[in-house]
Amino acid sequence: MSAPERSMRTPLGKVRHHGAGHGGTGHFIAARVTSIALAILAPWFAVSAALAIRDGSYLGAIDFLSNPFNAVGVILLLSVGLYHMSIGMQEVILDYIARPITKMVLLILNAFIPFALAAGAIFAVLLVNFGA
Amino acid sequence: MAGATRPETRPVSPHLSIWRWHVTMLSSILHRVTGVALYGAAILFALWLMAAAAGPEIYAPVQQVLTSPLGGLALYLIVAALAYHLANGIRHLVFDMGAGLQPSDADTSAWFAILFAIAAPIGLWALVTFGA
Repeated sequence: MSAPERSMRTPLGKVRHHGAGHGGTGHFIAARVTSIALAILAPWFAVSAALAIRDGSYLGAIDFLSNPFNAVGVILLLSVGLYHMSIGMQEVILDYIARPITKMVLLILNAFIPFALAAGAIFAVLLVNFGA
Repeated sequence: MAGATRPETRPVSPHLSIWRWHVTMLSSILHRVTGVALYGAAILFALWLMAAAAGPEIYAPVQQVLTSPLGGLALYLIVAALAYHLANGIRHLVFDMGAGLQPSDADTSAWFAILFAIAAPIGLWALVTFGA
């Protein structure tokens, strides 16, 4: 954008605001970097949580989350996973939703929901460990 | 996809209806489908953590769901979706490095990702049921 004379976009294209949003490279890289972290975190959680909480009981869940290593792992899985899925869902919305209003509403929801889930779920893990 | 605001009819690229079905196409579609499904699974994961933090009374119905046949089926499908998205995600990381792009190689790795998605939840179930 710093050298407009070298831009590949036509003046009409710029005025109409069609075409790429020019923020995609960062998301492309972030999706892949987070995927490498999740390739370790997600299988770890699936196997260790399934083995630790076989009966799905309250005490099993609390025991699992009270272990500091597990608590940190779950917080990492939440942070990285929710970021990764937000990037992915944004791509899906941009691909399939053409109507501008619907697209905007869904993109805003997709920006809010992962943050709300992260705040609630990370607070829950902290509450299990440090709560009354 | 033609945008709703586009005034003129433009040629669009051939879509699902025109292609012969092949496994690399299925693997790409499944990556999206499992990704969107895991968005839902992440919401349930966050709610599960919040229920655990909220105490045994609120967690009690969660345990009922987790140990019910329907809950078991849901967990099974979530693990299958996770396993598929993991295996196919690693496949895409290999693609990004420029490797494995020969049609025969891409077919083989696509089948491997699908088979892994079938095998992983069975393996995890066996580990939890018969493991140490």
